[in-house]
Amino acid sequence: MTTEKDGQPPLLVQPQDYTFGWTEEDALPLDCGKKLYGVNLRYETIGTLSPAGDNAVLILHALSGDAHVAGRHAPDDRKPGWWDEMVGPGKAIDTNRYFVVCSNVIGGCAGSTGPRSIDPATGKLYNLSFPVITIADMVRAQKRLMEHLGIRKFLAAVGGSMGGMQALEWARLYPDCVQSVIPIATTSRLSPQSIAFDWVGSQAIRHDPAWNNGEYTENPEHGLATARMLAHITYLSDESMNRKFGRELQESDSYSFSFERDFAVESYLEHQGRRFVERFDANSYLYITRATDYFDLANGYDDLAEAFAGTKADFLVVSFSSDWLFPTEQSERIVRALLKNRLNCSFCEIESGYGHDAFLLEVERLGALIRDFLDNQQRKFQ
Amino acid sequence: MSRNKRNFSGTLLSRPDLRRIAELIEPGSRVLDLGCGNGEFLHYLAAAKQVKGLGIEINPQKIDQCVHLGIPVIHGDLNEPLDYLEDQSFDCVLLTRTLQELTHPEHLLREVTRVGRRGLVGFINFGHIRNRMQFFFQGRMPRSRTLPHAWYNTPNIHLGTLRDFRELCAELDIEILHAVPTGPARGFFARLLPNFLARAAVFEIRKRPAADADPASEREKPEQKSN
Repeated sequence: MTTEKDGQPPLLVQPQDYTFGWTEEDALPLDCGKKLYGVNLRYETIGTLSPAGDNAVLILHALSGDAHVAGRHAPDDRKPGWWDEMVGPGKAIDTNRYFVVCSNVIGGCAGSTGPRSIDPATGKLYNLSFPVITIADMVRAQKRLMEHLGIRKFLAAVGGSMGGMQALEWARLYPDCVQSVIPIATTSRLSPQSIAFDWVGSQAIRHDPAWNNGEYTENPEHGLATARMLAHITYLSDESMNRKFGRELQESDSYSFSFERDFAVESYLEHQGRRFVERFDANSYLYITRATDYFDLANGYDDLAEAFAGTKADFLVVSFSSDWLFPTEQSERIVRALLKNRLNCSFCEIESGYGHDAFLLEVERLGALIRDFLDNQQRKFQ
Repeated sequence: MSRNKRNFSGTLLSRPDLRRIAELIEPGSRVLDLGCGNGEFLHYLAAAKQVKGLGIEINPQKIDQCVHLGIPVIHGDLNEPLDYLEDQSFDCVLLTRTLQELTHPEHLLREVTRVGRRGLVGFINFGHIRNRMQFFFQGRMPRSRTLPHAWYNTPNIHLGTLRDFRELCAELDIEILHAVPTGPARGFFARLLPNFLARAAVFEIRKRPAADADPASEREKPEQKSN
C-alpha cells in the first residue's frame, strides 16, 4: 500500500546505529559531571553527501520525535516519518539535493541510549540510574555522529520546538560546524509556565503505582497518558480546538450525566494518550522533559547575546502566531540577541491558528521559507 | 545549482528617490531598510555596493520574497519601537516611503536617528503645486499618481509638506544634512522652490551631535528662499 500520490515509488530509508564511548577518553561527558559509556545513536540519512561536503542538513526532532524523519522503512508502512511533508525528493528540504541527517536524542526511547538501555557497568536497565541529561548533551552526542559521518560542517541545523533548542545549542557549542540555523517555534529558555506543565506531567507519571520508582516492566500507562494529554493541550490552541471539536458530543446527542467521556475533545485526548503510551517510554519522558526544563542558553553568561558571541551562523527564526507554548516574544528574544551580535538573521511570525503544532502543519509557507533560505545558504557555503 | 534570482533592479531604479538614495550610500556599509518590501533594493545595494543589509517588513508575502532573495529580514511593525536594534548599529537607515502611513511618524524618525549613524528618509510633498491647485480650485482632498487614494481609504494618514518635515526635524533635534528633491520635476525649478515644485524629497538626517550648537549646518538648504 503506497500512499505516494504521483505514482513515485515510496522513499525507503534504513535506520542505522552508531555506537561510541567504550573507553574513558571516548565516553560522552555530560553537563551533570558524569560520563555516558557505550552510547548508541539511532539515526537515518537520506540523500548523498556531496563531494564538496556542502549539502548536509541536520534535522533535530522534538520531544516525542525520533530519527525517522521522512520516508518509510518498508513500502507497506502505514505512516511515513514525522516530517515527511517537508523532507524528501523534490520537497522543501529536497533530498535529491541535500544530505539529510536525523538522529534520535540520547535519553530517548527510539533506538538511542536512554534510561531503558542496558547500563554497561551493571548489565541491567539504567532506569533512574541514567544520568540526567541536557539539551547540550544531546548536541554533543550528535557532534560525534557528525564526525563519524565525515561531515565537516552542516549547511543547516533545522528543528522545531525542542529540536529548535538543539539547533540553538549547535550555534553556541559548535559555531564552526553550522553554516546556518533554523530554529522554529522554540525558545532560548524554558518559561516557568512550560516548566510548570512539565512538572504536572512528571507528577502524573511518578504517582502512577505502575511506575514503581522507574523500575517497571510495563509502561505506567495511566501516568504517561495523563502527562501526554496535558502536554497535548499545550500544543493546540483555543481556536484550533474550537474548530476541530467545538462542544460536540462524541457518541450521543445528550449528556450522560456521569463522569464518563462525553465530549469529542475528551475522546480525542484519550486517543492521543493511548497512542502515545504505545510508542513512548515513561522514564524517557521524564528525562527528556527534564532536559528541556534545564534549558537556558544564557545560563553561565551575562545575557543571551553573550551566549551567541562566538556564533557565526546565519539564522532563519520562525514562530507561529497562535503558539502560546513558545510564543513569538520568545523567538524575538532570540532574534534580539542575534542582532546584537550583528549576525545575519531573518525572523518571521507565520500566521496560523494551529498553536504550537503549527510547526508540523504549516508546511506550505514554512516549506517555502526553508527552501529559499537553504538555497541561498548553499550558494554562500564556506 | 545556481537558480537565477529574479532581477528587480530594472523596475526598481525607475523610482527616482531610490536612484538618488543609492547614490548616497557608501560601499560596504551596514544598511537598515525600514519597510524593505520584497527586498529588491537591499538586494541591489548588496550587489552594487556590497552593503550588509537588514530589512524590516510586515507583509508576509514580501518577507518570503526577501528570504528568496537571500536578504535578512525581520518581521516587524514600524508602528512599534525598534528596541531590538542597538543604538547606532547601522551606518545608514532607509525609510523610503512609509513615514506618512505611520501612527506616529515622529517616533520612528527618532528611532531612525537612534539606530543609524545617519538616515535617508523619503518624504512625499503634500505642498506640491498640483495638490495646492486641486485643493484651492476644486475644494477637494488632492489625488495624484503619488497619492491615488480617496480621503477615506488612504493609508497616507500623515501627509505633510517639505517645510512641515523640516520643522518636525528641528523639534526632534534631528539635523538635516542634505535634502534632495525627487520626482518627475527634480531639475532647476524643483531645487529652487521645492515646497511648491518637488513631488517628493530625500532627506539625509542624523541625531544632532550634542556638542553641535549651530542649528543651521545643512550643506544644502534649497527651500530656505521659497514661499
